[in-house]
Formats: sequence, structure tokens, C-alpha cells
Amino acid sequence: MSLNRRNILTGAAAAASAAMLPRVAMGADSVKLGSILDTSGIFDAYGTPMDMAMRLAVNEINAAGGLLGRQVEVVAYDTQSDMALYTQYGQRLTRQDQVDVVHGGILSASREAIRQTMRKTRTLYFYNVLYEGGVCDRNIFINGVTPAQQVEALVPYAMGKSGKAVYILAADYNYGQITARWIQKFVADNGGDAVGVDFFPLDVSDFGSTIAKIQTVGPDLVIAPLVGGAHLSFFRQWAAAGMKDRIPLASTTMGVGNEHKVLTPEEGNGIMVAYNYSQELDTPANNAFKERWSAAHGDSSLIHEIAVSNYQGVMTWAEAVRQAGSLDREAVIAALESDLSIDGPAGTVTVDPKTHHAVLDVHIMEVKDQGMRVIETLPQRQPIDTQAVCDLQANPDDNTQYEIQI
Amino acid sequence: MDLYVVVLVEVLYGVASLILISAGLAIVFGMIKVINLAHGEFMMMGGYATITAVNLGVNVFVAMLVIAPVAVGLVGLVVERLVIRHLYGRLVDTMLATWGLSLFFIGLATMIFGNTTTGISTPIPGFAIGDYQVNGYNFFIIVAAALLLVAMLSVLKGTRAGLVARGTMQGPEMAAALGYSPDRIYMATFFCGSALSGLAGAILAPLVGLVPTSGGAYIAKAFITVIAGGPSLVAGLLSSASLFGVVNQAFTFATSPVIGEVALLVAAVVLLRILPQGVTGTFFKGKI
Repeated sequence: MSLNRRNILTGAAAAASAAMLPRVAMGADSVKLGSILDTSGIFDAYGTPMDMAMRLAVNEINAAGGLLGRQVEVVAYDTQSDMALYTQYGQRLTRQDQVDVVHGGILSASREAIRQTMRKTRTLYFYNVLYEGGVCDRNIFINGVTPAQQVEALVPYAMGKSGKAVYILAADYNYGQITARWIQKFVADNGGDAVGVDFFPLDVSDFGSTIAKIQTVGPDLVIAPLVGGAHLSFFRQWAAAGMKDRIPLASTTMGVGNEHKVLTPEEGNGIMVAYNYSQELDTPANNAFKERWSAAHGDSSLIHEIAVSNYQGVMTWAEAVRQAGSLDREAVIAALESDLSIDGPAGTVTVDPKTHHAVLDVHIMEVKDQGMRVIETLPQRQPIDTQAVCDLQANPDDNTQYEIQI
Repeated sequence: MDLYVVVLVEVLYGVASLILISAGLAIVFGMIKVINLAHGEFMMMGGYATITAVNLGVNVFVAMLVIAPVAVGLVGLVVERLVIRHLYGRLVDTMLATWGLSLFFIGLATMIFGNTTTGISTPIPGFAIGDYQVNGYNFFIIVAAALLLVAMLSVLKGTRAGLVARGTMQGPEMAAALGYSPDRIYMATFFCGSALSGLAGAILAPLVGLVPTSGGAYIAKAFITVIAGGPSLVAGLLSSASLFGVVNQAFTFATSPVIGEVALLVAAVVLLRILPQGVTGTFFKGKI
């Protein structure tokens, strides 16, 4: 064989794909759980703790005897924060590894990259991240909070502590746009007035003019669903301008990737948020979860909202398999649709049969000394945004992500 | 009335931050014609140097104004000796090499500091102008940018080193014939440019959440400012930063930040269509 460029490339590609094969030996009778997450690259702060949570859940399931008397085996791929790799690894999980279930995807774009592959190959898919809502597909189960679940709880509380005039600052992509609409709706429902809405591209890090503009309007409350490192500057500049003690601040995103641990107490204290999980949640379930995490992975300060969602997603699936007594997709979906619920670190998680979203406890919290102090727990909030557009009982063939009109 | 003062402060701040962001690039690109695509990463390293020093207990102003520029300048020195000096006069090759460097530095910072957002809080409290609260740190940035321009002008125009540097940029052979080593002068210039990039990153660090990829946010604005400025170093920087700063902040204030960014880019396109040599290619000719 002559050594030309094409041969070398083929050889290198083969070697690379061989190297990427999972190291775990494929037991013939094990249950295969596929995981597809960004555990390197720019989203690894989200993905790595999610991966750790998934492995913790699987280890616990195996320690308790596995599922259906078989051990659960993890087939995990790192998508390196590259959306193109989702398509590739999604194909591989379903066609080559033929896993029994797939958990994973972080950004909405990554979910949409693999959702149709999962549907076509009839592989059950769990997306365990808070997101903008509206996905209606019988093959997917989603157990992160949606904007309405958060906003419905957060807005009345924050308005109660401040006043009726609300200014909204949101990230300029679908999550921010949709969340801003929900905030406007709930502000109006609570007798308030959205006096201003501004959207920011994800790389904007200078908020000086905006802070001046907010002051000309003079709202009672600012709600900021801002996303990412550049937007974190807003909270810093807001505090630096001395605004923090003048106008209260609330957010639906600050803290999902443990951002509140980056802000100093002077910058962060008092910001109001609403999530399914907080490390400071003082319940026996959460304290035990943190201990198990420390035993398995060491540092429990890495745990965040979507890591817990991922843990709860795996546990929900495992419970459904147990109840179904089978790995058959239809049997597991039937079990999931029978008002199945589990008790996770963040409280009870119930599958909503109509939308395949989750009914969850939402905790209203305030940032306090780089932690999230739980103020109030609103038990079992319905995903009302998705419920308004999606009914998989009546329309099981639906396969849409709805733009929810308010 | 108070509002006008606040808007004026924001506009000045916008201009000042553009000057800071672009100064290091202006020196490296304007003087030694190296397109430094790793400019943003030099700023990012300045930010990390500051944050690391502050976390080790160093006074924040010492960290920003001394440690960060020196540290990044030294990195620049190493880069110049190992890579850049082989590429003088090869514009496109410097682009490729510095782009590789930028990827390398992002990877390095990710390995050392992790891929999470870090930051320090601003060392100057906010204060009131009439009914408005403004960020006191903005004034620090305005003053720093003004001092920086004055310093650049006086070094280039008032000192022998500046004269030699300018002479070398115009005619390296002549400078060499007069006994100055162009190699050494390029090295020193690159050091200064890197140090200024580090300084900019350091001064902006308390305002932003820093991640290893933060540099990418600055690079486009820095290039637009430098190229629109044209051949004169200080006059070009000042004129283009003023124009873009005013346009950006005015549109941000009147409409939204999205339109503000768009307006800046539109202004740059229009400007370069009318004045392809940059502002100082037509006006302020012969100024520094």
C-alpha cells in the first residue's frame, strides 16, 4: 500500500474511532444506558457534574441489585460542546450500541440534534435540563423546570417584596425571548406592569447604558433571565453602580451553573431566584444525596440544578423499568404515564402523562453569602406552559416543539 | 440634566474602553505590522493575572496596573522570540500563527483555571449624580484611558526610545545603518504591545465574568477600531474610538444594546467605504 494522504486519513480515522469506543466490556445481558453530554469544551461546567450525577445514579441502581436482575452498563460519549458531534454519537448510540435508553443533551440545540434520531430508532430519550418548554413528542421525557414553572412562582414573590413596575433584561435567543414573554404574562396577571424589556446578545458584557436607562424608567423590580459568562457582568456592574440596594433583582438563570459562587456576597446577596434544587435545601433526601456524592466524587460543591435533574431523570427511568418489569419501550412509556413519581434530592418528581414533562417542587430562594437560601417551597408545580399546547394522550403522534403563544 | 451627565459619562466610558481594548493591538499592528489574532487572549491573560494576584492577597490596583501588564508582557516576549520574529513582513503568516497561539492560550487557561466563570468585584463604589447611580469604576477607566493616550504620545514623540522606534518602523535598514538593532526594537515594541493588552484585560476584569474564551469578545472591536483609525497611532485610536464609542452608546441608550452593536458595525463599514485608509489616512496626516 502506497503511503498517500488518503490512506493516512482513513487509518487515522479508524484509529481514532477505535480509541473512542467505550472501555467497558459489553456484557451480553446488561441493560445499556446511553449518555451523551458535553464533558469538555465550553459547556463542561454544565456537563461534567451531570455526568457525575448520572454515574452516581447508575452505581446506586447497580448496588441495589440492578434492573430486572441485570446490571446497568453506561455507554457514555463526550460531545465536546460541539453540536455536530451530537448527531454522530446519537446515531452511534442507537444503531451501533443499541442502547435501551438515552439520557443527555444540554443546550436545546443539542436536544433537537438527536431527538428525531431517537424517535426514528424508537429509543427512549430523557432530556434532563431546564429549558424553554414546548417540546411535544411521545418518545421524550423531560424533567427540568420550564419557564412557567419558575416564573409563576418567582414573579408573585418578587413583586410582593418590591412593587408593581417590572423591568426585564433577557438573553437574546429562544430561551430568553420565551421566558421574557412568560414574565410579562405573570407580571400582568399579578396586577403589575412590565415597564421595559431589553434583550442582549450572549456576548454583550457592558451594561452601563442599560443601567442608566433602567434608572430613567425607575422600576420597582428588575428580572434578569441572562445567560452565560458575559452576562454575569450585569450582576457585577449593577452592584458596582450601587443599584443593588435600590432596586431588587430576580433571575431565572443565575445559579444554574453555580454562578452565585462566582459573585461576591456583596454582589450576589438578595438576588431572588426559583429553582427545583439548591445545595442549601435542608431535607433528609438532599443531605443524604450530598453525602453519597461526596463519597463517590469528593467535592459536593459542584452539584447544580441540572446535575440533580439528570440524577432524577435516571432514577425516574429506572423506576419505570421496575414497574414495567420490562425494557420494552411501550411498556416503559406506559409505566411512566401511569402517574409515576420518585423522591429525588430536590423533592418529589412526577411524570405528567399529558406532556411527558415533570411536575416538580419549585423552591423560591435568595442568594445569601454565595449560597441559595430557601425561602419558600411550592410543592408539585405543573408545567402549565407545555400543557397549554401539548396533549400526548389525545395526540400521541405529535412531534413538534411549540412556540407557546401567550 | 442629571440624565445628560449620566449619558455623557457612559459615552466617555464607551470611548475609553475602546481605547483600552485597542491600544495594545494598535502598537503591534500599527508599528510592526503583525496581525495579532491572539490579542484577545493576551487581554484574557491580563484578567486572569489580576484575579490570581488579588486572590493571593495583592492590592487590586497593584495587580491591575503592575503585575498584569508585566506578566502578559513577558508572555508576549516569549511569544515574540519563539514565533513572531520569524514572521516579520509576512502578514498572512502572522495571522495563522497568532490564531494558533490564541487557541493554545485558551486551552492553557482552561487547563489551569478551569472552564468556569471567575471574577473580582470592582474596587470603587458607585455614587450618585443627582437621582442616578453610576458605576464609580467607569471614571477610573476614563482616567486610565486618557493617561494611556498621553503616555503613548509622550513616549513616541518626546523620548529618544520613541524616536528610534518610529524611525525603525519607517526604515529598518536605515536604523540598522545608524547602529540600532531592528530585531531588538521589534522585540521591545511587541513587549509593550502585549503589556498594554494585559493592562486592558486587567482593568476590564472587575467589570466582567472572565472565562478562558473571553478574549473573543474583544478582538473584533479592537480590530475595527485600529483599522478605522488608520496609520497614525494615537490620533487614529482617539478618533475612531470616539466615533464608535459615541455611536454605540447613543444607539444603545436610545434603542437597545443589539441596535447599539449593529450601529457600531454599520458605522465601521460606512467609514471604511468612505475612508479606506482609515480616519488618519485622510485627516490629521503626519500626526502620531
